[in-house]
Amino acid sequence: MSNKGLFPSSLSKKYAMAATGLFLCLFLVGHLLGNLQLFQSGEAGRDAFNEYALFMTTFPLVKVLSYATYFGILLHVVDGILLVRANRAARPVRYVKENGAANAGWSSRNMAVLGTVVLAFIAAHMQNFWYVMHFGEVSTYAIDGVEVKDLHGVVMEFFGPANGMALGAVLFYVIAQVAIGFHLWHGFASAFQSFGLRSEKYTPWIEGAGKAFSVVVPAAFASIPVYLYIIQLS
Amino acid sequence: MNLTLKVWRQNGPEDKGRMETYPVSDISEHMSFLEMMDVLNDQLVRDGKDPIAFDHDCREGICGMCSMFINGEAHGPGRGVTTCQLHMRSFKDGDTIYIEPWRAQAFPVIKDLVVDRSAFDRVIQAGGYVSVNTSGNTIDANTIPIPKADADEAFNAATCIGCGACVATCKNASAMLFVSAKVSQLALLPQGQPERELRVKRMVEQMDKEGFGNCTNTGACEVECPKGISLTNIARMNRDYLTASLKGE
Repeated sequence: MSNKGLFPSSLSKKYAMAATGLFLCLFLVGHLLGNLQLFQSGEAGRDAFNEYALFMTTFPLVKVLSYATYFGILLHVVDGILLVRANRAARPVRYVKENGAANAGWSSRNMAVLGTVVLAFIAAHMQNFWYVMHFGEVSTYAIDGVEVKDLHGVVMEFFGPANGMALGAVLFYVIAQVAIGFHLWHGFASAFQSFGLRSEKYTPWIEGAGKAFSVVVPAAFASIPVYLYIIQLS
Repeated sequence: MNLTLKVWRQNGPEDKGRMETYPVSDISEHMSFLEMMDVLNDQLVRDGKDPIAFDHDCREGICGMCSMFINGEAHGPGRGVTTCQLHMRSFKDGDTIYIEPWRAQAFPVIKDLVVDRSAFDRVIQAGGYVSVNTSGNTIDANTIPIPKADADEAFNAATCIGCGACVATCKNASAMLFVSAKVSQLALLPQGQPERELRVKRMVEQMDKEGFGNCTNTGACEVECPKGISLTNIARMNRDYLTASLKGE
Protein backbone atom coordinates (compact mmCIF):
# COMPACT_ATOMS: atom_id res chain seq x y z
CA MET A 1 0.00 0.00 0.00
CA SER A 2 1.41 3.38 -0.93
CA ASN A 3 1.15 5.62 2.09
CA LYS A 4 2.76 8.85 1.02
CA GLY A 5 1.91 12.45 0.23
CA LEU A 6 -1.72 13.35 0.80
CA PHE A 7 -2.49 10.13 2.65
CA PRO A 8 0.40 9.12 4.90
CA SER A 9 -1.57 6.26 6.49
CA SER A 10 -4.67 4.11 6.26
CA LEU A 11 -6.28 6.28 8.94
CA SER A 12 -5.63 9.52 7.06
CA LYS A 13 -7.53 8.03 4.12
CA LYS A 14 -10.45 7.41 6.44
CA TYR A 15 -10.34 10.93 7.88
CA ALA A 16 -10.49 12.35 4.35
CA MET A 17 -13.39 10.03 3.52
CA ALA A 18 -15.26 11.12 6.63
CA ALA A 19 -14.58 14.84 6.18
CA THR A 20 -15.62 14.91 2.53
CA GLY A 21 -18.63 12.70 3.26
CA LEU A 22 -19.95 14.98 5.99
CA PHE A 23 -19.27 18.05 3.85
CA LEU A 24 -21.28 16.48 1.03
CA CYS A 25 -24.12 15.84 3.51
CA LEU A 26 -24.21 19.62 4.10
CA PHE A 27 -24.27 20.13 0.35
CA LEU A 28 -27.27 17.77 0.10
CA VAL A 29 -29.19 19.89 2.62
CA GLY A 30 -28.45 23.11 0.74
CA HIS A 31 -29.28 21.57 -2.62
CA LEU A 32 -32.53 20.13 -1.28
CA LEU A 33 -33.67 23.43 0.25
CA GLY A 34 -33.16 25.14 -3.11
CA ASN A 35 -34.91 22.40 -5.04
CA LEU A 36 -37.95 22.37 -2.76
CA GLN A 37 -38.89 25.63 -4.50
CA LEU A 38 -39.97 23.44 -7.43
CA PHE A 39 -43.07 22.58 -5.39
CA GLN A 40 -44.16 26.21 -5.74
CA SER A 41 -46.59 26.41 -8.64
CA GLY A 42 -47.39 29.08 -11.22
CA GLU A 43 -45.46 32.12 -12.40
CA ALA A 44 -44.29 32.97 -8.89
CA GLY A 45 -42.74 29.50 -8.55
CA ARG A 46 -41.02 29.76 -11.90
CA ASP A 47 -39.59 33.21 -11.13
CA ALA A 48 -38.46 32.23 -7.64
CA PHE A 49 -36.62 29.15 -8.91
CA ASN A 50 -34.99 30.98 -11.83
CA GLU A 51 -33.86 33.87 -9.65
CA TYR A 52 -32.43 31.32 -7.24
CA ALA A 53 -30.65 29.56 -10.12
CA LEU A 54 -29.15 32.87 -11.26
CA PHE A 55 -27.95 33.59 -7.74
CA MET A 56 -26.43 30.10 -7.40
CA THR A 57 -24.49 30.44 -10.67
CA THR A 58 -23.23 33.99 -10.20
CA PHE A 59 -22.78 34.88 -6.51
CA PRO A 60 -19.03 34.66 -5.73
CA LEU A 61 -19.33 32.92 -2.34
CA VAL A 62 -21.57 30.27 -3.90
CA LYS A 63 -18.95 29.84 -6.65
CA VAL A 64 -16.34 29.09 -4.00
CA LEU A 65 -18.70 26.62 -2.32
CA SER A 66 -19.51 24.91 -5.59
CA TYR A 67 -15.82 24.43 -6.37
CA ALA A 68 -15.36 23.05 -2.86
CA THR A 69 -18.20 20.62 -3.62
CA TYR A 70 -16.64 19.46 -6.91
CA PHE A 71 -13.35 18.99 -5.09
CA GLY A 72 -15.13 17.17 -2.24
CA ILE A 73 -16.79 14.73 -4.64
CA LEU A 74 -13.53 14.15 -6.51
CA LEU A 75 -11.56 13.53 -3.33
CA HIS A 76 -14.30 11.22 -1.93
CA VAL A 77 -14.24 9.19 -5.17
CA VAL A 78 -10.44 9.00 -5.55
CA ASP A 79 -10.00 8.19 -1.86
CA GLY A 80 -12.75 5.58 -2.13
CA ILE A 81 -10.99 3.91 -5.05
CA LEU A 82 -7.68 3.88 -3.14
CA LEU A 83 -9.40 2.30 -0.13
CA VAL A 84 -11.14 -0.36 -2.20
CA ARG A 85 -7.89 -1.23 -3.97
CA ALA A 86 -6.03 -1.54 -0.67
CA ASN A 87 -8.85 -3.62 0.81
CA ARG A 88 -8.88 -6.00 -2.17
CA ALA A 89 -5.10 -6.39 -1.88
CA ALA A 90 -5.49 -7.17 1.82
CA ARG A 91 -7.40 -10.36 0.95
CA PRO A 92 -6.01 -11.75 -2.30
CA VAL A 93 -7.55 -15.21 -1.78
CA ARG A 94 -11.26 -14.97 -1.03
CA TYR A 95 -13.27 -17.34 1.12
CA VAL A 96 -15.18 -20.13 -0.61
CA LYS A 97 -18.08 -19.57 1.76
CA GLU A 98 -18.83 -16.15 3.20
CA ASN A 99 -21.67 -15.10 5.46
CA GLY A 100 -21.30 -11.33 5.71
CA ALA A 101 -24.95 -10.86 6.64
CA ALA A 102 -24.30 -12.69 9.92
CA ASN A 103 -22.35 -9.85 11.44
CA ALA A 104 -22.71 -6.63 9.44
CA GLY A 105 -25.41 -4.55 7.78
CA TRP A 106 -26.00 -4.68 4.04
CA SER A 107 -25.24 -1.04 3.32
CA SER A 108 -21.99 -1.11 5.31
CA ARG A 109 -20.79 -4.00 3.16
CA ASN A 110 -21.76 -2.35 -0.12
CA MET A 111 -20.55 1.23 0.23
CA ALA A 112 -18.38 1.08 -2.89
CA VAL A 113 -21.16 -0.32 -5.08
CA LEU A 114 -23.65 2.21 -3.73
CA GLY A 115 -21.10 4.99 -4.20
CA THR A 116 -20.58 3.97 -7.81
CA VAL A 117 -24.34 4.16 -8.47
CA VAL A 118 -24.40 7.60 -6.85
CA LEU A 119 -21.43 8.75 -8.95
CA ALA A 120 -23.16 7.56 -12.14
CA PHE A 121 -26.23 9.51 -11.05
CA ILE A 122 -24.19 12.67 -10.36
CA ALA A 123 -22.66 12.45 -13.86
CA ALA A 124 -26.07 12.01 -15.49
CA HIS A 125 -27.68 14.66 -13.30
CA MET A 126 -24.99 17.22 -14.15
CA GLN A 127 -25.38 16.42 -17.84
CA ASN A 128 -29.17 16.84 -17.52
CA PHE A 129 -29.19 20.24 -15.81
CA TRP A 130 -25.79 21.64 -14.81
CA TYR A 131 -24.33 21.30 -18.31
CA VAL A 132 -27.50 22.65 -19.96
CA MET A 133 -27.56 25.63 -17.59
CA HIS A 134 -23.90 26.46 -18.15
CA PHE A 135 -23.26 25.52 -21.76
CA GLY A 136 -26.59 24.57 -23.35
CA GLU A 137 -29.27 26.61 -25.11
CA VAL A 138 -31.66 27.89 -22.46
CA SER A 139 -34.35 30.44 -23.26
CA THR A 140 -34.14 33.64 -21.23
CA TYR A 141 -36.64 36.21 -20.05
CA ALA A 142 -36.57 39.28 -17.80
CA ILE A 143 -37.72 39.53 -14.19
CA ASP A 144 -37.80 43.19 -13.10
CA GLY A 145 -35.32 44.02 -15.84
CA VAL A 146 -32.88 41.26 -14.91
CA GLU A 147 -32.30 38.67 -17.62
CA VAL A 148 -32.63 35.11 -16.22
CA LYS A 149 -32.22 31.68 -17.79
CA ASP A 150 -35.40 29.59 -17.59
CA LEU A 151 -33.91 26.58 -15.77
CA HIS A 152 -37.36 25.97 -14.30
CA GLY A 153 -38.61 25.35 -17.84
CA VAL A 154 -35.75 22.94 -18.50
CA VAL A 155 -36.61 20.95 -15.36
CA MET A 156 -40.35 20.87 -16.14
CA GLU A 157 -39.65 19.75 -19.70
CA PHE A 158 -37.24 17.03 -18.57
CA PHE A 159 -39.81 15.44 -16.25
CA GLY A 160 -42.81 16.28 -18.47
CA PRO A 161 -44.62 14.91 -21.52
CA ALA A 162 -42.24 16.80 -23.86
CA ASN A 163 -39.55 14.26 -22.90
CA GLY A 164 -40.44 10.81 -24.26
CA MET A 165 -38.12 9.30 -21.66
CA ALA A 166 -39.61 11.22 -18.74
CA LEU A 167 -40.91 8.14 -16.90
CA GLY A 168 -37.51 6.47 -17.24
CA ALA A 169 -35.84 9.63 -15.97
CA VAL A 170 -38.14 9.75 -12.93
CA LEU A 171 -37.44 6.10 -12.20
CA PHE A 172 -33.68 6.61 -12.53
CA TYR A 173 -33.78 9.61 -10.21
CA VAL A 174 -35.78 7.71 -7.61
CA ILE A 175 -33.49 4.66 -7.75
CA ALA A 176 -30.45 6.94 -7.40
CA GLN A 177 -31.99 8.46 -4.28
CA VAL A 178 -32.52 4.98 -2.82
CA ALA A 179 -28.80 4.32 -3.42
CA ILE A 180 -27.89 7.62 -1.74
CA GLY A 181 -30.17 6.67 1.15
CA PHE A 182 -28.43 3.33 1.71
CA HIS A 183 -25.01 4.98 1.29
CA LEU A 184 -25.91 7.49 4.00
CA TRP A 185 -27.55 4.85 6.21
CA HIS A 186 -24.05 3.60 6.97
CA GLY A 187 -21.91 6.56 5.93
CA PHE A 188 -23.29 9.31 8.16
CA ALA A 189 -22.58 7.67 11.53
CA SER A 190 -19.49 5.92 10.16
CA ALA A 191 -17.85 9.31 9.51
CA PHE A 192 -18.14 10.17 13.21
CA GLN A 193 -16.60 6.82 14.16
CA SER A 194 -13.69 7.46 11.75
CA PHE A 195 -12.95 10.70 13.56
CA GLY A 196 -13.13 8.86 16.87
CA LEU A 197 -16.27 10.72 17.94
CA ARG A 198 -17.91 7.95 19.88
CA SER A 199 -19.37 7.85 23.35
CA GLU A 200 -22.07 5.93 25.11
CA LYS A 201 -23.99 9.17 25.52
CA TYR A 202 -23.87 10.64 22.02
CA THR A 203 -23.40 7.70 19.64
CA PRO A 204 -27.04 6.54 19.78
CA TRP A 205 -28.08 10.10 18.87
CA ILE A 206 -25.56 10.31 16.03
CA GLU A 207 -26.74 6.95 14.69
CA GLY A 208 -30.38 8.01 14.99
CA ALA A 209 -29.72 11.30 13.26
CA GLY A 210 -27.83 9.49 10.49
CA LYS A 211 -30.72 7.11 9.88
CA ALA A 212 -33.28 9.93 9.90
CA PHE A 213 -31.09 11.94 7.52
CA SER A 214 -30.62 8.98 5.18
CA VAL A 215 -34.40 8.50 4.89
CA VAL A 216 -35.73 12.06 4.94
CA VAL A 217 -33.26 13.79 2.60
CA PRO A 218 -33.30 11.23 -0.26
CA ALA A 219 -37.09 10.82 0.09
CA ALA A 220 -37.55 14.58 -0.25
CA PHE A 221 -35.24 14.66 -3.27
CA ALA A 222 -37.05 11.74 -4.89
CA SER A 223 -40.44 13.34 -4.35
CA ILE A 224 -39.53 16.26 -6.64
CA PRO A 225 -39.31 14.44 -10.01
CA VAL A 226 -42.30 12.28 -9.04
CA TYR A 227 -44.34 15.40 -8.25
CA LEU A 228 -43.26 17.25 -11.41
CA TYR A 229 -44.12 14.20 -13.54
CA ILE A 230 -47.55 13.73 -11.98
CA ILE A 231 -48.68 17.36 -12.18
CA GLN A 232 -47.85 17.45 -15.87
CA LEU A 233 -49.74 14.22 -16.67
CA SER A 234 -53.14 15.90 -16.96
CA MET B 1 -24.67 -36.95 14.04
CA ASN B 2 -23.33 -37.39 10.52
CA LEU B 3 -21.75 -34.46 8.73
CA THR B 4 -20.09 -33.55 5.45
CA LEU B 5 -16.99 -31.42 5.92
CA LYS B 6 -15.53 -29.32 3.15
CA VAL B 7 -12.04 -28.48 4.31
CA TRP B 8 -9.32 -26.30 2.80
CA ARG B 9 -6.22 -28.41 2.13
CA GLN B 10 -2.93 -26.77 1.23
CA ASN B 11 0.38 -28.63 1.38
CA GLY B 12 2.48 -25.54 2.07
CA PRO B 13 2.78 -21.79 1.55
CA GLU B 14 3.52 -22.22 -2.17
CA ASP B 15 0.79 -24.78 -2.87
CA LYS B 16 -2.34 -23.44 -4.56
CA GLY B 17 -4.66 -25.36 -2.25
CA ARG B 18 -8.19 -26.71 -2.78
CA MET B 19 -11.35 -27.67 -0.89
CA GLU B 20 -11.68 -31.37 -0.10
CA THR B 21 -14.75 -33.20 1.10
CA TYR B 22 -14.74 -35.56 4.11
CA PRO B 23 -17.75 -37.37 5.54
CA VAL B 24 -17.68 -37.88 9.32
CA SER B 25 -20.09 -40.04 11.25
CA ASP B 26 -21.16 -40.70 14.85
CA ILE B 27 -20.18 -37.22 16.02
CA SER B 28 -21.47 -36.44 19.51
CA GLU B 29 -23.23 -33.11 19.93
CA HIS B 30 -21.23 -32.64 23.15
CA MET B 31 -17.92 -32.61 21.30
CA SER B 32 -16.15 -29.34 20.75
CA PHE B 33 -15.45 -28.44 17.14
CA LEU B 34 -11.76 -29.24 17.63
CA GLU B 35 -12.60 -32.66 19.08
CA MET B 36 -14.65 -33.32 15.97
CA MET B 37 -11.55 -32.37 13.93
CA ASP B 38 -9.51 -34.78 16.08
CA VAL B 39 -11.94 -37.57 15.17
CA LEU B 40 -11.59 -36.73 11.48
CA ASN B 41 -7.78 -36.64 11.75
CA ASP B 42 -7.75 -39.99 13.57
CA GLN B 43 -9.78 -41.40 10.70
CA LEU B 44 -7.39 -39.88 8.12
CA VAL B 45 -4.33 -41.27 9.91
CA ARG B 46 -5.91 -44.75 10.08
CA ASP B 47 -6.54 -44.50 6.32
CA GLY B 48 -2.87 -43.62 5.80
CA LYS B 49 -3.68 -40.07 4.73
CA ASP B 50 -2.16 -36.76 5.78
CA PRO B 51 -4.09 -35.35 8.77
CA ILE B 52 -5.45 -31.80 8.57
CA ALA B 53 -3.13 -29.23 10.15
CA PHE B 54 -4.92 -26.78 12.44
CA ASP B 55 -3.84 -24.52 15.30
CA HIS B 56 -4.91 -25.22 18.90
CA ASP B 57 -3.44 -25.02 22.35
CA CYS B 58 -5.36 -24.36 25.58
CA ARG B 59 -8.76 -25.52 24.32
CA GLU B 60 -10.48 -23.36 26.90
CA GLY B 61 -10.83 -20.09 25.00
CA ILE B 62 -7.96 -18.13 26.47
CA CYS B 63 -4.90 -18.69 24.30
CA GLY B 64 -6.12 -17.41 20.93
CA MET B 65 -4.50 -20.18 18.93
CA CYS B 66 -7.51 -21.92 17.40
CA SER B 67 -8.81 -20.22 14.32
CA MET B 68 -10.88 -21.66 11.41
CA PHE B 69 -13.44 -19.84 9.30
CA ILE B 70 -16.49 -22.04 9.69
CA ASN B 71 -19.50 -21.72 7.39
CA GLY B 72 -18.54 -18.16 6.48
CA GLU B 73 -17.86 -16.98 10.03
CA ALA B 74 -14.75 -16.66 12.16
CA HIS B 75 -14.87 -19.31 14.94
CA GLY B 76 -18.19 -20.47 13.45
CA PRO B 77 -21.74 -19.48 14.29
CA GLY B 78 -21.28 -18.98 18.04
CA ARG B 79 -20.96 -15.55 19.68
CA GLY B 80 -18.25 -14.73 22.19
CA VAL B 81 -16.55 -18.09 21.67
CA THR B 82 -13.40 -19.43 20.08
CA THR B 83 -13.48 -22.56 17.91
CA CYS B 84 -12.51 -24.76 20.84
CA GLN B 85 -15.56 -23.44 22.72
CA LEU B 86 -17.88 -24.11 19.79
CA HIS B 87 -19.83 -27.30 20.30
CA MET B 88 -21.26 -29.64 17.72
CA ARG B 89 -24.76 -29.04 19.08
CA SER B 90 -24.57 -25.79 17.12
CA PHE B 91 -24.98 -27.92 13.99
CA LYS B 92 -27.64 -30.30 12.74
CA ASP B 93 -27.35 -33.90 11.61
CA GLY B 94 -26.67 -33.98 7.87
CA ASP B 95 -25.15 -30.46 7.75
CA THR B 96 -22.41 -29.54 5.32
CA ILE B 97 -19.74 -27.48 7.06
CA TYR B 98 -17.16 -25.35 5.23
CA ILE B 99 -13.86 -25.00 7.08
CA GLU B 100 -11.30 -22.51 5.80
CA PRO B 101 -8.19 -20.80 7.16
CA TRP B 102 -8.13 -17.09 8.09
CA ARG B 103 -7.83 -15.24 4.79
CA ALA B 104 -5.58 -12.18 4.72
CA GLN B 105 -2.50 -11.04 2.85
CA ALA B 106 -0.90 -10.42 6.25
CA PHE B 107 -1.74 -13.97 7.46
CA PRO B 108 -0.13 -16.31 4.91
CA VAL B 109 -1.22 -19.94 5.03
CA ILE B 110 1.48 -22.24 6.37
CA LYS B 111 -0.40 -25.50 5.87
CA ASP B 112 -4.10 -26.39 5.56
CA LEU B 113 -5.87 -24.33 8.25
CA VAL B 114 -2.74 -22.97 9.91
CA VAL B 115 -1.81 -19.36 9.17
CA ASP B 116 1.16 -17.25 10.22
CA ARG B 117 -0.11 -14.55 12.58
CA SER B 118 3.30 -13.09 13.44
CA ALA B 119 2.21 -9.82 11.79
CA PHE B 120 0.37 -9.19 15.09
CA ASP B 121 3.61 -9.71 17.03
CA ARG B 122 5.39 -7.14 14.86
CA VAL B 123 2.58 -4.62 15.48
CA ILE B 124 3.06 -5.14 19.23
CA GLN B 125 6.84 -4.85 18.90
CA ALA B 126 6.37 -1.52 17.09
CA GLY B 127 4.88 0.16 20.15
CA GLY B 128 2.56 -2.03 22.22
CA TYR B 129 4.60 -1.70 25.41
CA VAL B 130 5.53 0.77 28.14
CA SER B 131 9.15 1.61 28.81
CA VAL B 132 9.98 1.02 32.45
CA ASN B 133 12.96 2.26 34.42
CA THR B 134 14.79 -0.83 35.60
CA SER B 135 17.81 0.89 37.13
CA GLY B 136 16.91 -0.15 40.66
CA ASN B 137 14.24 2.40 41.51
CA THR B 138 11.38 0.84 39.55
CA ILE B 139 8.01 2.07 40.82
CA ASP B 140 5.42 -0.58 41.54
CA ALA B 141 2.53 -0.09 39.09
CA ASN B 142 0.02 -0.57 41.89
CA THR B 143 1.22 2.51 43.77
CA ILE B 144 -0.43 4.77 41.16
CA PRO B 145 -4.15 5.26 41.86
CA ILE B 146 -6.30 4.55 38.79
CA PRO B 147 -10.06 5.24 38.59
CA LYS B 148 -12.00 1.98 38.63
CA ALA B 149 -13.80 2.81 35.35
CA ASP B 150 -10.46 3.37 33.56
CA ALA B 151 -8.98 0.21 35.03
CA ASP B 152 -12.03 -1.79 33.90
CA GLU B 153 -11.95 -0.34 30.40
CA ALA B 154 -8.21 -0.99 30.08
CA PHE B 155 -8.76 -4.54 31.31
CA ASN B 156 -11.57 -5.08 28.79
CA ALA B 157 -9.21 -4.02 25.99
CA ALA B 158 -6.49 -6.24 27.44
CA THR B 159 -8.69 -9.33 27.22
CA CYS B 160 -7.91 -9.44 23.48
CA ILE B 161 -6.23 -12.81 22.88
CA GLY B 162 -4.86 -11.86 19.45
CA CYS B 163 -6.65 -14.71 17.70
CA GLY B 164 -7.15 -12.73 14.49
CA ALA B 165 -10.91 -13.33 14.18
CA CYS B 166 -11.35 -9.58 13.60
CA VAL B 167 -9.04 -9.70 10.59
CA ALA B 168 -10.57 -12.93 9.32
CA THR B 169 -14.13 -11.67 9.51
CA CYS B 170 -13.52 -8.13 8.23
CA LYS B 171 -14.46 -7.80 4.58
CA ASN B 172 -11.26 -5.74 4.20
CA ALA B 173 -9.03 -7.97 6.35
CA SER B 174 -8.47 -4.97 8.60
CA ALA B 175 -6.66 -5.37 11.93
CA MET B 176 -8.15 -2.24 13.48
CA LEU B 177 -9.92 -4.01 16.35
CA PHE B 178 -6.78 -5.87 17.44
CA VAL B 179 -4.46 -2.87 17.09
CA SER B 180 -6.91 -0.51 18.79
CA ALA B 181 -7.33 -2.90 21.73
CA LYS B 182 -3.56 -3.04 22.15
CA VAL B 183 -3.32 0.76 21.86
CA SER B 184 -6.21 1.28 24.30
CA GLN B 185 -5.07 -1.06 27.06
CA LEU B 186 -2.09 1.26 27.56
CA ALA B 187 -3.64 4.58 26.52
CA LEU B 188 -6.18 4.26 29.35
CA LEU B 189 -3.55 3.89 32.08
CA PRO B 190 -1.18 6.50 33.55
CA GLN B 191 1.82 4.29 32.75
CA GLY B 192 0.92 4.48 29.07
CA GLN B 193 0.83 8.27 28.80
CA PRO B 194 4.50 9.17 28.11
CA GLU B 195 4.57 7.07 24.92
CA ARG B 196 0.90 7.43 24.02
CA GLU B 197 1.25 9.39 20.79
CA LEU B 198 4.41 7.73 19.56
CA ARG B 199 2.85 4.34 20.28
CA VAL B 200 -0.29 4.87 18.22
CA LYS B 201 1.66 6.26 15.28
CA ARG B 202 4.17 3.41 15.27
CA MET B 203 1.57 0.68 15.67
CA VAL B 204 -0.64 2.07 12.88
CA GLU B 205 2.41 2.43 10.65
CA GLN B 206 3.33 -1.23 11.27
CA MET B 207 -0.29 -2.31 10.75
CA ASP B 208 -0.26 -0.62 7.33
CA LYS B 209 3.14 -2.08 6.50
CA GLU B 210 1.88 -5.61 7.18
CA GLY B 211 -0.77 -5.16 4.48
CA PHE B 212 -3.95 -5.23 6.55
CA GLY B 213 -6.96 -3.47 4.99
CA ASN B 214 -8.83 -0.34 6.04
CA CYS B 215 -11.70 -0.04 8.50
CA THR B 216 -15.15 0.46 6.94
CA ASN B 217 -16.82 0.55 10.38
CA THR B 218 -19.08 -2.37 9.47
CA GLY B 219 -18.76 -3.63 13.05
CA ALA B 220 -18.37 -7.28 11.98
CA CYS B 221 -15.18 -7.61 14.08
CA GLU B 222 -16.96 -6.65 17.28
CA VAL B 223 -19.69 -9.21 16.61
CA GLU B 224 -17.26 -12.04 15.90
CA CYS B 225 -14.66 -11.21 18.56
CA PRO B 226 -14.58 -14.06 21.11
CA LYS B 227 -13.71 -11.55 23.83
CA GLY B 228 -16.26 -8.89 22.93
CA ILE B 229 -13.69 -6.16 22.24
CA SER B 230 -15.66 -3.02 21.48
CA LEU B 231 -15.58 -0.60 18.55
CA THR B 232 -15.02 2.08 21.20
CA ASN B 233 -11.37 1.04 21.06
CA ILE B 234 -11.21 1.76 17.32
CA ALA B 235 -12.74 5.20 17.93
CA ARG B 236 -10.16 5.85 20.67
CA MET B 237 -7.33 4.88 18.33
CA ASN B 238 -8.77 7.07 15.53
CA ARG B 239 -8.87 9.96 18.00
CA ASP B 240 -5.38 9.37 19.35
CA TYR B 241 -3.87 9.00 15.90
CA LEU B 242 -5.55 12.20 14.71
CA THR B 243 -4.27 14.12 17.75
CA ALA B 244 -0.77 12.71 17.30
CA SER B 245 -0.79 13.51 13.57
CA LEU B 246 -2.03 17.07 14.07
CA LYS B 247 0.79 17.71 16.49
CA GLY B 248 3.10 16.51 13.72
CA GLU B 249 5.68 15.02 16.04
